[in-house]
Amino acid sequence: MNTGIVGACVLALALAGCSDRAQVVVYKQGQYQGKPDGKPWDNDAFSGDRTEWEATVRARNQNQNEYRRING
Amino acid sequence: MARMKFICDTERCIECNGCVTACKNEHEVPWGVNRRRVVAINDGVPGERSLSVACMHCSDAPCMAVCPVDCFYRTDEGVVLHDKNLCIGCGYCFYACPFGAPQFPQAGAFGLRGKMDKCTFCAGGPEENGSEAEFRKYGRNRLAEGKLPLCAEVCSTKALLGGDADVLADIYRQRVMTRGKGADIWGWSTAYGKPDAPAQPPAAGGKS
Repeated sequence: MNTGIVGACVLALALAGCSDRAQVVVYKQGQYQGKPDGKPWDNDAFSGDRTEWEATVRARNQNQNEYRRING
Repeated sequence: MARMKFICDTERCIECNGCVTACKNEHEVPWGVNRRRVVAINDGVPGERSLSVACMHCSDAPCMAVCPVDCFYRTDEGVVLHDKNLCIGCGYCFYACPFGAPQFPQAGAFGLRGKMDKCTFCAGGPEENGSEAEFRKYGRNRLAEGKLPLCAEVCSTKALLGGDADVLADIYRQRVMTRGKGADIWGWSTAYGKPDAPAQPPAAGGKS
């Protein structure tokens, strides 16, 4: 009788551990849910030519260097 | 592919606020919203500096991490943008951002917050490039015109630079070399502190 009660208690405690969940929350980086955006070269000015767009932006970048502008 | 960034040379910034004005005018930003602003560092102290600040388009953007509706995205050029159709104006991004970049227009009475607005690196948003809808929500898309952000291009002293991070680093490095000072901001000292400043021993009689 007593053995049965003790066995039931041990079983109950052992099974209680099975439902234990991790206490540390793991945050995940979300995924973008909005509308897709077009590429900057997908317009009339560049007609989808990525290389031309990159060359234009690269030239603009270098225009910010006055040492280069002055010295040619 | 370019990785777009801003850098502000505090040795050159004269606090003219030309970048702020140009930004507001270019994008027709509403009252109460400042996508870019000039702040003073060590205000009133000799050696005070001015710094032009906007969204820094972080590589690991905290605004993107905390947004509950996931309205942020990063373009292939490294520009952090968001979809205003999704934004709920909760303000989490404002708390997360270390630069105070997200701005909220006052919408209606009782101080209600509108949808978040911030610097787009003049790259518009998720609407058709150059469309009326894009301009109304996000401002002008200069990047799609092959141009760089107006704040940087309008800067009279070229303190504010915007564009490909590698090119900006080269420009800034050349300036430092030409000036002959400020070289300590490049390299080991910046990342790991100055080795010539030993730790101070505890004062005698004080707690260790």
